[in-house]
Amino acid sequence: MDIELMISSFPKLLNATLITLKLLSVSLILGLFIGLGFAILRMNNNKLINKFAYGYSYIFRGTPLLVQIFIIYFGLGQIEYLRTTFLWIVLKEPYWCAIIAFSLNTGAYTSEILRSAFQTIKPGYLEAGRSLGIPSKIIFTKIQIPIAIKQSLPAYGNEIILMLKGTSLASTVTLMDLTGVAKYIISTTFKPVEVFIVAGGIYLFMTFIIHNVIKYLEKKYGFQT
Amino acid sequence: MELLYFGDKGWGDELFFATLMTIAVSITAMIIGFIFAALFTPLKLSNNKFLNSIGNAYTTVIRGVPELLVIYLFFFGGSGAIMFVASIFGYNDYIEINAFLTGSFSIGIISGAYSTEVFRGALQSIDKGQFEAAKVLGFKKYIYFFKIILPQMLRLAIPNLSNVWQITLKDTSLISVTGLVEIMRQSYIAAGSTRDPLFFYSFAAVLYLMLTFLSMQLLNRLETKYSKGY
Repeated sequence: MDIELMISSFPKLLNATLITLKLLSVSLILGLFIGLGFAILRMNNNKLINKFAYGYSYIFRGTPLLVQIFIIYFGLGQIEYLRTTFLWIVLKEPYWCAIIAFSLNTGAYTSEILRSAFQTIKPGYLEAGRSLGIPSKIIFTKIQIPIAIKQSLPAYGNEIILMLKGTSLASTVTLMDLTGVAKYIISTTFKPVEVFIVAGGIYLFMTFIIHNVIKYLEKKYGFQT
Repeated sequence: MELLYFGDKGWGDELFFATLMTIAVSITAMIIGFIFAALFTPLKLSNNKFLNSIGNAYTTVIRGVPELLVIYLFFFGGSGAIMFVASIFGYNDYIEINAFLTGSFSIGIISGAYSTEVFRGALQSIDKGQFEAAKVLGFKKYIYFFKIILPQMLRLAIPNLSNVWQITLKDTSLISVTGLVEIMRQSYIAAGSTRDPLFFYSFAAVLYLMLTFLSMQLLNRLETKYSKGY
């Protein structure tokens, strides 16, 4: 056991954790909006729109995240037309490609979580709102959304942890996130166990924090429905 | 479409064999996962605090650390560990382990952590009366477990195990970083030599979708078959 290597690699890995956290937070925020949008489309009565939203979530949940990143990072650059548009500024950066892939991926899972949360809201709440003459927009923002958030918290907490682990794939498109730096140190020192303990420990610490924050929120917003 | 021709002209046969490799790795990993689950589920349910914490450490660490990191650990550390064991027995040459074994083993350990949780949940949701009744009726331990508890547990576990299968199947794409030629690696090679990454990665996505779709159909059938009892 090489304790010295563990101590010397710790600051480097901690520095890389910042990139991991940045990737995670940006893609979670974007993914939440995408997920909410597709959850609303899923509840639409129009069959075509409904099928489209279902297809989106099916494709992104049925293929590995690695394929999605590779299609966006390596694949999209191949389309000549895209290179002439402003999108190219975004797509040539591995950082943004990773963010796009992560957001679309977590968006698909989030849409499923939110959809099932919306569906478990008792119709009585909506009827009560309507009979009180509340406009449907306000019913949506003030009744449906708060209940749905509360209902989906446990599942969404899992999704955050899955996404934290998913960000490790950014290292495959040359980004030096926590896993990327860990792999670099392993392949230069050939001490996989030591580096795994430090990097894994940092990941576990983050999962632990996320887990407890979600638990706290569940308790705080755990009103009876 | 020429890119998909079989033979020397296209990549059809290569991709076909790569798909078989993905299936083989997934199944092997799933079985290795079951072995780990069979070892760790009793630990997680044990009343002994020490054994219990070993079981919990396994599922917590593996489910809290990225799959890629676990794969790097075994990819870079695997042959080192085996060489260390071999050196104790006096064998000092370099040993390289097969990429298939490293890959299936690392994915298997990950899949095993999820399976452990599934089996634990299934065992805990069996009615306590079943255990008591079996004990009162004086069944032998062997029959008690295999004929009474296990069938009920499997029935409860199958829906969640099909989720574990999906996760395992998708995780096998990650072992392409170790050089094992499965769908992802083959697409990478094909994309590199034809300069057509968009086509090959999209085709890889289609292959994965087909695999998940077909296996879901199969597992759903299994699920309806085994939930008949109720």
